[in-house]
Amino acid sequence: MKLTGAEIFIECLKKEKVDTIFGYPGGVVLNIFDLLYDDKDLRVILTRHEQGATHAADGYARASGKPGVVLVTSGPGATNTVTGIANAFMDSIPVIIFSGQVPTKLIGNDAFQEADIVGISRPCTKYNYLVKDIRDIASIIKEAFHIATSGRPGPVLVDLPKDVTAGKSEFIYPEEINIRSYNPTYAGNRWQIKQAAVAIAKARKPVIYAGGGVILSNASEELIWLAEHTQIPVAMTLMGLGGFPGDDSLSLGMLGMHGSYYANMAIHNSDLIIAIGARFDDRVTGRVEGFAPDAKIIHIDIDPTSIRKNVRVDIPIVGDVKLVLKDLNEILKDEVKEQWSEIRKAWLKQIDEWKRERPLTYAWDEDIIKPQFVIEKIYELTKGDAIITTEVGQNQMWTAQFYKFHKPRTLLSSGGLGTMGYGFPAAIGAQIAFPDKLVIDIAGDGSIQMNIQELATAVIHKLKIKVAILNNQYLGMVRQWQELFFRERYSYSYLHTEQVPDFVKVAEAYGAVGLRAKKPSEVEPVIKEALRIKNTVFMDFFVDWREKVFPMVPAGGAIHEMIFGEETKQPEKKLKAVK
Amino acid sequence: MRHTISLLVENKFGVLSRVAGLFSGRGFNIESLSVGETLDPQISLMTIVTQGDDRIIEQITKQLNKLIDVIKVVDLTEMDHVEREMILIKITPKPEDRAETLRIAEIFRGRIVDSSPRTYTIQITGDEKKIEAAIELLRPMGIKELVRTGKVAIAREGVKKREM
Ligand SMILES: Cc1ncc(C[n+]2csc(CCOP(=O)(O)OP(=O)(O)O)c2C)c(N)n1
Repeated sequence: MKLTGAEIFIECLKKEKVDTIFGYPGGVVLNIFDLLYDDKDLRVILTRHEQGATHAADGYARASGKPGVVLVTSGPGATNTVTGIANAFMDSIPVIIFSGQVPTKLIGNDAFQEADIVGISRPCTKYNYLVKDIRDIASIIKEAFHIATSGRPGPVLVDLPKDVTAGKSEFIYPEEINIRSYNPTYAGNRWQIKQAAVAIAKARKPVIYAGGGVILSNASEELIWLAEHTQIPVAMTLMGLGGFPGDDSLSLGMLGMHGSYYANMAIHNSDLIIAIGARFDDRVTGRVEGFAPDAKIIHIDIDPTSIRKNVRVDIPIVGDVKLVLKDLNEILKDEVKEQWSEIRKAWLKQIDEWKRERPLTYAWDEDIIKPQFVIEKIYELTKGDAIITTEVGQNQMWTAQFYKFHKPRTLLSSGGLGTMGYGFPAAIGAQIAFPDKLVIDIAGDGSIQMNIQELATAVIHKLKIKVAILNNQYLGMVRQWQELFFRERYSYSYLHTEQVPDFVKVAEAYGAVGLRAKKPSEVEPVIKEALRIKNTVFMDFFVDWREKVFPMVPAGGAIHEMIFGEETKQPEKKLKAVK
Repeated sequence: MRHTISLLVENKFGVLSRVAGLFSGRGFNIESLSVGETLDPQISLMTIVTQGDDRIIEQITKQLNKLIDVIKVVDLTEMDHVEREMILIKITPKPEDRAETLRIAEIFRGRIVDSSPRTYTIQITGDEKKIEAAIELLRPMGIKELVRTGKVAIAREGVKKREM
């Protein structure tokens, strides 16, 4: 039987077990939207902006581990997804973007609402396609899902010209695909893994440096086993948080520019770094020449291009993190755990001292809300049992520092691209994936305004997302840099008190609920109230605008060259230590 | 150091731009690039000449390998290989230099592929050194126009290929 291209498209999605599409309609995709009108199995989440749809699909993918699917129209619809695509690309998130395109015979003619989205998205997709022949739709969609989700995952875009979705053809979904030039390496080299085991046995001051790859390959269990069995402390990247339990005594929390003192000191003084699914981003290494001068480096990554890109590596292992760790653990399992405890004693004691010396803290204030306090309270009241998304800026770094992530896929944050406006739509995607879980977006007043229109999406779908706005009336992180490195010239980082909207009213205007806290004593009641309400809630916290994120490695510094806030020098009333 | 990299790629639209984009997006320069179909019309061969230290070349070859449409990457530089380039060069010699121009062309086994009362167009093929030498000798004769194909290269038979 012959089907239209649009029907084939829908059948393919079903074959791939897709049940949710994040999208926005337009002329050239109406053939498809018309079919979705009464399709029982495919739900469309209509966002209010295509960037919102793309981030939502990305959040859905990060939270669930399943690929996220986006459907948008040509031209402006497609170009509006670009930030979301680049965001998913930088963080290796499997998202498949279907964009409508003008009819094939008009392509290249500057037709109405034409954009060369295949050309535009080429540098920020893992792969992309322009479907020129209806007979190729099925195999291309199958390949797109395969490429997006295998190897190092990433976004794949499929551009569908209008005549291709309107035409008719036989529907055959290929059983198998064979892309001769695409064969990711999954199993690590046995000999190299043996070398790694030997290095681990010999090391006196080892540190595990775990990144987003641990979460993408679902290797958390293997990582926990490795760390516990061999008694090696674990520092995580922003993307790696949750890969190892943040409340475990071996956890060092986040390392890097705003990493903890003890994570950075441990890395700097280590004699062996076991990098797992992490890519030595410049925010992590600081000045590369000064990075861990005495350490041997083991680097496990599925992407060979990540290895030796930024730092020298002594033992490279290309492969899927989970499989490699399984093999490594298998070799290490015969050694007795007690013996490891003995070997690591001095090192772990040193780390404990660093933890005591400079814990993550802030100065308490009776009258003004400290942003870190809000995050601590959220952690306390949720007991860590929530999916947290963040925007970008100080809010993001404080969340990484003061919320302890226990499980993988509980922190969704824009790591590689650092996209303001990511957190709220990502929260929508996560809540769609898990309607019963508590989803909280920790936001800045600047960032939330970048995709605030998605309030409508959240309310219409009865999502119970809580948004905690750390309202400092500044582009806080920019302000921090200007204060520290630009002689307090706050050039265009002040959002103007009277121009920051009344977030309570904005929420209400969309049918959500708005709450506000102006004093520290109001923080807990507001969070409790928000958690009780079964609706989308904006919590507007008036926080201390002067607060800065510390410790901090200034640009160009090595990671042990940190600067600290006043508060850590004068321990007083209520210094809170993150254990 | 200069490297000659040979790439087997799928013969599809967009592939050239992916390869070129990989270089430009990372600030690597392509000195020359030539592409053509292989015996299998679904596959093209690209010869790329680029510059870089070992780390850059390692990144380039790894990144090329990572491209979905790239089937095989071989760095020919460290193995015995044959390289050729072709130029078409249009000379406007003074009447007294016409004989000399033809003599130079002959030395380099060039062929006259077009001539007019005031010009000769000469085709010369060879490796880089030969091409450079020919250009230098012809320069005093008055070069009006010059086009180069960029290099093509192939490994010598019996040589073990260093694949990456
Ligand atoms: C789309 C985008 N534009 C600009 C930036 C640069 N930037 C990084 S942090 C920041 C300030 C964020 O301010 P806000 O959302 O209020 O959060 P805060 O730092 O105050 O917590 C800016 C402008 C960015 N990361 N993303």
